[in-house]
Amino acid sequence: MEKVFGRSKGLSGTPFSFCPGCTHGIIMRLIAEVLEELDIIEETIGVSPVGCSGFCQDFFTCDFVSGAHGRAQAIGNGIKRALPDKIVFTYQGDGDIAGIGTQHAIHTAARGEKITSIMVNNALYGMTGGQMAPTTLKGMKTTTTPYGREVEVYGYPIDLPKIIAALDGAVYVASVSVDTPKNVLQTKKAIKKAFRVQQAGLGFALVSVLSTCPTNWGLSPQESLKWLRENMMPFYAMGELKATEEVKNL
Amino acid sequence: MVKKVLMKGNEIIAQAAIEAGCKLFFGYPITPSTEIIEYLAKHLPKAGGTVLQAEDEIGAISMCYGAAATGARVMTASSSPGISLKQEGLSYCAAAELPVVVVNVNRTGPGLGGLGPMQSDYFQSTKGGGHGDYRLLVLAPSKAQELYDLTMEAFDLADKYRNPVLLLTDGFLGQMMEPVELKPKPASPEFDRSWIVNGAKGRKKRIIASYALSNEVGEAINLHWEAKYKELKEKEQRWEEFYAGDADYLIVSYGTTARIAKSVVLNARRKGIKLGLIRPITLWPFPEKAFLPYKEKIKGAVTVELNTGQMIEDVKLALECKVPVHLYRRLGGMLPTEDEILAFVEKTFCPGLEEV
Amino acid sequence: MMDKIILAGFGGQGVMFIGKVLAVAGMVADLEVCWIPSYGPEMRGGTANCSVILSDREIYSPVIDKADYGIVLNQPSYDKFLPRIKSGGTLVVNTSLVNLDTVRDDVNIIGLRATDLAYELGNANVANMVCLGALLPYLQLTDYAKVEKALEQVVGSNKKELLELNIAAVKKGMKRAVDN
Ligand SMILES: Cc1ncc(C[n+]2csc(CCOP(=O)(O)OP(=O)(O)O)c2C)c(N)n1
Ligand code: SF4
Repeated sequence: MEKVFGRSKGLSGTPFSFCPGCTHGIIMRLIAEVLEELDIIEETIGVSPVGCSGFCQDFFTCDFVSGAHGRAQAIGNGIKRALPDKIVFTYQGDGDIAGIGTQHAIHTAARGEKITSIMVNNALYGMTGGQMAPTTLKGMKTTTTPYGREVEVYGYPIDLPKIIAALDGAVYVASVSVDTPKNVLQTKKAIKKAFRVQQAGLGFALVSVLSTCPTNWGLSPQESLKWLRENMMPFYAMGELKATEEVKNL
Repeated sequence: MVKKVLMKGNEIIAQAAIEAGCKLFFGYPITPSTEIIEYLAKHLPKAGGTVLQAEDEIGAISMCYGAAATGARVMTASSSPGISLKQEGLSYCAAAELPVVVVNVNRTGPGLGGLGPMQSDYFQSTKGGGHGDYRLLVLAPSKAQELYDLTMEAFDLADKYRNPVLLLTDGFLGQMMEPVELKPKPASPEFDRSWIVNGAKGRKKRIIASYALSNEVGEAINLHWEAKYKELKEKEQRWEEFYAGDADYLIVSYGTTARIAKSVVLNARRKGIKLGLIRPITLWPFPEKAFLPYKEKIKGAVTVELNTGQMIEDVKLALECKVPVHLYRRLGGMLPTEDEILAFVEKTFCPGLEEV
Repeated sequence: MMDKIILAGFGGQGVMFIGKVLAVAGMVADLEVCWIPSYGPEMRGGTANCSVILSDREIYSPVIDKADYGIVLNQPSYDKFLPRIKSGGTLVVNTSLVNLDTVRDDVNIIGLRATDLAYELGNANVANMVCLGALLPYLQLTDYAKVEKALEQVVGSNKKELLELNIAAVKKGMKRAVDN
């Protein structure tokens, strides 16, 4: 059989440890490919969060810093301020960036920090066993909203990219998905653009990727993709939410 | 000799940081520490550095974490409530073994407290503060020149031991102006830089992290930290003795109150009371060695503290409870006067003398 | 020798400035110096105070319980700090704003209408320097020459008019003290 693609040089070869059907692995692969294609693996320092995504430092071949839950962007800001010529990206779950780390998300964007953040939104806390996240949809069952997310009690889900897009320091914000081959390609394009924004020193770039969590959603991998399409994609604003003129001209 | 200049304690710390080669400062304003970020915002950029006011203290210490991971010299400063918010980051810095210098200009507490000086954060500083079994190296200056010298040295100590260093001062020392000699920093030794992250160019990738998901690995790392803390205890205990040699009684005090205590010692000696002082300069490691020659010799000790009795526990341990140890304290931002401390010493150790 | 001096008045009366000038005068003379401001909420409205210690040997306690000397520019400061002057000490009082209903027999009280005297110089803001002038003859460790040098440093010798105004105020205060 013809070899269609080999492992990206951005990946270390450590096998992904995610559950079957989890799309974390696809997203990481896309980032690795982008790093390779832009030839910045050796210039890049990744920052990992706490959560299922927190193991990413093992899978990449670039340097990595891992800190506390929610602090990845603040840590990334510190790295970038110390090494302005290097490429810094954070890889964070929705709980990490839109819950415990919200203040850093808002202010990283407001300050126009020249880093790239990838948010992986699976609408709940994966690692700790499927609790409610700020992104959990209305009516959605999690272990801490066993009767479904009642807005009278738990309030409404946050669409973080929309908030970030409203801030002047954020120059590129996209919300994408990896549920179909076509969308995977689109996601890769968005991630690539987000890194090129940083290379050009234009400002803060955020790519939010909708992702599955079959384990905690209690669905099969196939059902998960369907659920994502039917429930998450209609709720979250999708596509390029913001691209300044400079970004469009890249 | 370098000409002396008159500066506020907080500004002295900031200037010392610049002289020590601090390149990044991340902070969040809080009285009575704010002059540090203000001074640095004005002067550090001229020295090729960066100052950033973070979204909060958690952001600031996390930025320090990131910057320190690149091997850059980095500092943050705050006062008590802000230091509470930094505890998470400090624990992570200790675990990832990142050399960060942190300044706590201790104000009153608990809660929001007030702006006066207190030594209420002694436990938090010396016994951990954040989660996990870690230690910070804690330095407690008590006058202008020492603020300058110890701040500079804090950066070297942090690099040498790859450990966060806490400089503990208080609202009084921070606001006080005294002459200081802004000496150039003595050359630092070469520090191991084989762990920093700066892009995996021509080398294997590196990871800075603080997790240990297997218990075996967890124990091995904790043993490594334990060995480091033992080395610190062995090599870095520091203190000053003042008329301690022939003393019958010792005052133990650090920072602002140690200054007052020195005057008390002189006043007591004039009255014929053989009083001496041990002033811890490192609060962790606590200078247990200082007490070795005295624990069989003296008749008693008094700690003078701005809290309800925190350092006294370490003093009792150091003296192995061989002599009575008493506490004289003022609280809530008040400072003791020389007279009231001496009166306490007399009442405690020399009853009858007052009536003479 | 050691001079422990307390300075107090309304925020905005230039109390910190007197302290600064005294501290720099100490620096000029190569003395040990310690200047402690009151700060925080106290700085807004109400009374501001600071203390200065000048010494020809190391200053241990920086805290002044009882001061050798004081300057008070307004009534609340007078009421608060009169009890804080050592027996035998000297207190300069701005009687433009303070009435001396209560006094202490064991304290040398120098009353002068400093605000009025400053007006005579064309600027009420230098009442602080008038008072400093009045205190100068009593201090052990500093004198007019050092204060003049200190003013040059603190005001800046490029701000000539301001410098001269301050110097004139100090001289006026000194003269008044000597005339007393
Ligand atoms: C201060 C703190 N609180 C709680 C936790 C526990 N915790 C670990 S991961 C996580 C949630 C992660 O969820 P998310 O960011 O959505 O990432 P995912 O696991 O879904 O990829 C939580 C609450 C922690 N590590 N630290
Ligand atoms: S728990 Fe969910 S998010 Fe985590 S690896 Fe499994 S499927 Fe992925």
